[in-house]
Amino acid sequence: MAALRRYLPHVVLAAGAFVMLLPFYWMFLTSIRSPAEIFSVSLWPIPEKFAALDNYSRAASQVPMLRFMMNGVIVCFGILIVQVLTAVPAAYALAKLRFPGRKLLLTLVIAALTVPIQALALPLFVGLAKAQLLNTYFAMMMPFLLSVFAIFLFNQSFRSYPDEIIEAARMDGFSELEICFRLVLRGSLPSLAAFSVFSLVAHWNDLYWPMIVVTDTNLAPPPLGMLFFADVESGANYGALMAGATIITAPMVVCFLLARKHFIAGITMTGVK
Amino acid sequence: MQPQSLNIAGIGKGFGADDVLKGIDLSIRPGEFLSLVGMSGCGKSTLLRIIAGLETADRGTVSIGSRDVTDVDPSDRNLAMVFQSYALYPHMTVRDNIATPLRMRRLSVWSRLPLIGRMIANAETLREIDASVKEAADVLQIGHLLDRRPAQLSGGQRQRVALARALVRSPSAFLMDEPLSNLDAKLRAHMRGELTNLHSRLGATFIYVTHDQIEAMTMSDRIALMSEGRIEQLGTPDELYRRPSTLTVARFIGSPSINLLPVELDASGEIVLFGQKLGITARNAWPGPATLGIRAEDVFPAADGIEASLVRTETQGADRFVTFNLICDPSISIVMRQRVGDDLGADADGNVRLAFSKEGVHLFGSDEKRREITVHEQVPA
Repeated sequence: MAALRRYLPHVVLAAGAFVMLLPFYWMFLTSIRSPAEIFSVSLWPIPEKFAALDNYSRAASQVPMLRFMMNGVIVCFGILIVQVLTAVPAAYALAKLRFPGRKLLLTLVIAALTVPIQALALPLFVGLAKAQLLNTYFAMMMPFLLSVFAIFLFNQSFRSYPDEIIEAARMDGFSELEICFRLVLRGSLPSLAAFSVFSLVAHWNDLYWPMIVVTDTNLAPPPLGMLFFADVESGANYGALMAGATIITAPMVVCFLLARKHFIAGITMTGVK
Repeated sequence: MQPQSLNIAGIGKGFGADDVLKGIDLSIRPGEFLSLVGMSGCGKSTLLRIIAGLETADRGTVSIGSRDVTDVDPSDRNLAMVFQSYALYPHMTVRDNIATPLRMRRLSVWSRLPLIGRMIANAETLREIDASVKEAADVLQIGHLLDRRPAQLSGGQRQRVALARALVRSPSAFLMDEPLSNLDAKLRAHMRGELTNLHSRLGATFIYVTHDQIEAMTMSDRIALMSEGRIEQLGTPDELYRRPSTLTVARFIGSPSINLLPVELDASGEIVLFGQKLGITARNAWPGPATLGIRAEDVFPAADGIEASLVRTETQGADRFVTFNLICDPSISIVMRQRVGDDLGADADGNVRLAFSKEGVHLFGSDEKRREITVHEQVPA
């Protein structure tokens, strides 16, 4: 009975983890199998004919995979940098400065969290089209440059920064921007790590918006590139397709593993408040 | 930097409907150690923050020396503040913490940036800053802690770092907001002594906010006792103790608290305690109820005194504080200070008769203001 109570949570959690990880495992498995084995339901990790080299080299050579990755890096970091540069001062002002309308602005930020990108897609598309900005990096980044989620997350974490340190800094001659980036953000590194992971993963994996504003293969980020790849291959070579998918998923996994400690601290911290 | 005088004129401040400060006038002399004391909520911290520039007053002016700084930014007032929580920069070493006020003043925006800043900055200036940091650290004996971070320091050490950060820039005045209240009792007593030494060594102007009357009494040149947004009394510790101008001051200053007895003034101004004339007359006072304040050291056992029952004795080494309840009104308690070993003169029931030295009494009218008294020989009743 005691043993059951002790191990039951682990069993339940392991079952959950299995369900979450299975598609990724299947993706990886398919990427190293030969076309003959693709439709085998076996989960055995070692394929009869090891086709990894073939699949991966095909994925890397058939389409400009490096180019897609490069596009993804430019778009994701472009978005992330502008998001942090704009959200941090906004969150600092909302969390630590006293000015009329602060409560209203905070309410608007939270309200804006509820608006999905799909609702804005049409006006944004028309606007970008009129400005002749379709098929640019800017078009892919534009809707995400100001992140209300980032403002909300940083606001929650900046609130707990001690006021007396901010006041000491004012007396020492720090400007408000220096206080904001050199002290307050410095004290919220876990939140910054958590937000970076959220933002990078979301935009690296985003297919919806790039598909709307980009038709040029040279500008495609990885998921859109994969779509082009699938079109080129008519969806026939699943092995190579999954090899491509593995290649574009890997950076995100690495990114998460690097920031894992801070990421978890970041979301649990803001969760408690 | 020469110690500067500070002048505060007509400062008023309200938060919402509450007036926290109701017109404060105060001049602080150059090199003076002035304490602002009072219960929490009396406005002392707000006043200090207005002097620092962290809060803006609704009306009134603040000037340092002859310069009006009412609308000047905190960093341009050349004041240093020590906070209750010390407010050290948590990610910086002690060395960087102490150097920060100087870096912010003497280095340009670009040379303050991390990493590349050191390359752009003027080497001469950096050397000067390092030297000043070492000097400040030596004054506070924290030279061996320079490479640690605040999280690795004890409360007392953090306190010293905060002081070093304040004095490194040679400010016109030091502002301290309850800097000792996070320390344990023994360390607090020790740091009181160190702060007094630091004050006489630097000769600087100190403004010290505390709710602890012992801190104010032991360190200050003058005390401003605040209550409900006003300065109740301004004077030396001795004046506040010996001649409290109101009942509030009398209650606040002194440990143990002053004994308060309800009395009546008769038509001639003679003080009557429980129907007994005391041989003390109030000058310029009209008949009616009043309050008599007597310090614990002015109470002594006497055969012709008021009867009281012993409640408890607290021995404090050489002295002890003995608490009594009056027999005629047990809701009134009296504390007496006595040398340990001196006789209480208790009777068979454990009751003691108490009298007090007439020179030591303080009389407060029904408006709680001090009344002057004349002591004359007691007429036997």
